[in-house]
Amino acid sequence: MKDIQVLNIKSLEERAKIIRRYVIKMLAKAGSGHPGGSLSAVDLLVVLFYNKMRHNPQQPKWQDRDRFILSKGHGCPALYAILADMGYFSVDKLETLRQFGSILQGHPCMKTTPGIEISSGSLGQGLSVGLGIALAAKLDKKDYRTYVMLGDGEIEEGQIWEAAMAASHYKAENLCAILDQNELQIDGFIHDVMSSHPIPAKWRSFGWHVIEINGHNYKAIIYAYNEAEKIKGRPTIIVAKTVKGKGVSFMENQVDWHGKAPTKEEAEKALTELK
Amino acid sequence: MAEMIATRQAYGDALLELGERNKDIVVLDADLSKSTTTAKFAKKFPDRFFNMGVAEANMMNTAAGLATCGKIAFVSSFSIFATGRAWEQVRNTICYSGLNVKIVATHSGVSVGPDGASHQCIEDISLMRTIPTMTVIEPCDAVETKKAIYAAVNYDGPMYIRLGRAAVPVITKKEDLFNIGKAMILRTGKDVAIVACGALVSNSLVAADLLSKEGIEATVVNMHTLKPVDHETLVKVAKQVNAIVTAEQHVLDGGLGSAVACALSRNYPVPIEMIGIDNRFGQSGEPDILFREYHLLSEDIVLAAKRVIERKKK
Repeated sequence: MKDIQVLNIKSLEERAKIIRRYVIKMLAKAGSGHPGGSLSAVDLLVVLFYNKMRHNPQQPKWQDRDRFILSKGHGCPALYAILADMGYFSVDKLETLRQFGSILQGHPCMKTTPGIEISSGSLGQGLSVGLGIALAAKLDKKDYRTYVMLGDGEIEEGQIWEAAMAASHYKAENLCAILDQNELQIDGFIHDVMSSHPIPAKWRSFGWHVIEINGHNYKAIIYAYNEAEKIKGRPTIIVAKTVKGKGVSFMENQVDWHGKAPTKEEAEKALTELK
Repeated sequence: MAEMIATRQAYGDALLELGERNKDIVVLDADLSKSTTTAKFAKKFPDRFFNMGVAEANMMNTAAGLATCGKIAFVSSFSIFATGRAWEQVRNTICYSGLNVKIVATHSGVSVGPDGASHQCIEDISLMRTIPTMTVIEPCDAVETKKAIYAAVNYDGPMYIRLGRAAVPVITKKEDLFNIGKAMILRTGKDVAIVACGALVSNSLVAADLLSKEGIEATVVNMHTLKPVDHETLVKVAKQVNAIVTAEQHVLDGGLGSAVACALSRNYPVPIEMIGIDNRFGQSGEPDILFREYHLLSEDIVLAAKRVIERKKK
């Protein structure tokens, strides 16, 4: 049932550019939202959805699908663009982001959007949900995997570490966390606001297998997802160093682009860069 | 004398029976399984029991994840931790997503006793009622608890069930009907109606007996479902007696009294007196002493009934 055609690296990079363009257009139209953390996650998400996960856009509730949870829910424009591009819903819907009556809420809502596994947006909660899904898979003797994307600001939430402890305790080898480590949070740099470093050592001490990569290097991302699948007896986290606002020069590494939509002119400039 | 059983004991027994019949039932606890009595389920169905340690927020959302895969997830802890510590997890992940998670919390109210205020949850009805789409139930005895747990399994959606630590008299019968959202009228009288939930239902029945000896006839309503509250029965009873006393082991803000006042003020306003905890924390002591201190006894209900009858005469 692996309907998704696995793409080669060149095609993946092409898809990522298209997704980034969607993100810019959606946010400009909506007039609000989070470009920085959407753009930093795009490459990790594109490889996951187009190359790795077992899923079927025509059957979003297919029982044996791999699951993806965007725990850093504010990055949803990137996820919505991928879901639309893959056929979970029409790409026309993308321009309704954040509008009254839209299936695309400001933060992910599982009741309105096909392909969203759980409502999120309040940080720190998705890893626990992923653990629950992983435990259900074990109980039902199913081989699907669960992926949870976290932000490096998000892991300041205590619940993340409750979940980290429990996933390790329950040997949830079918659970894979992906850390979009863009080094910025709303109020500034992670190291200034509340340092979550050293990140790999923390996860190792909680019993996780840690893979460190550059989150924009496609070979590394593909390797990491494949490696994670082979690890037995413990969960894996892919600590992916990323650039907030990746792909748009004036947004890159700029904290101000965490939660601000581009103007029409800024969007045009960004889209020129993403050609 | 009625048989005395804690509602939490009936919960553990109900889970054992249901676990046998329904393989989708899973149970999570946060290191309190002996006290909440989920340990019975854990022993019989170890594969379907998850002890999540002292980490309630993670437990709630792990249950949510299990529920997205078709499991009926029962989550237990003490009321204060289930509803207080993990409120936002219940709100944002369980209820907003409409997941089939049943939060069954024990040790509600001051009847927790010697552990004191930190462990006596008197705000949980309010905390859970305020969340859109939540269903809130407080059974009055062990027999009704078992029915509530069975009903929870047959109901698709989030639910909070409030149970107690101390043994309470069994006052309902096996053959009594239990329907979510449908109040139970235990006796009828023409002068006043006492609307109660949980442990205060048996005290209300005793109060009705005491009132009857003085020539005052009281209706007693067991309002086991705090949300959605049964407007139809409330209005019907209010029209018959025109004076209401509410009785609960909970703060007056946002609990049963508030729910009843809200429903009646919109549909059929009548004088209401409220028995409950008025802007105070609990404290250590045996339950009977605390019930006296916080004015939750049958005698207190009798006095409230007389007050409200005086008010309706004016």
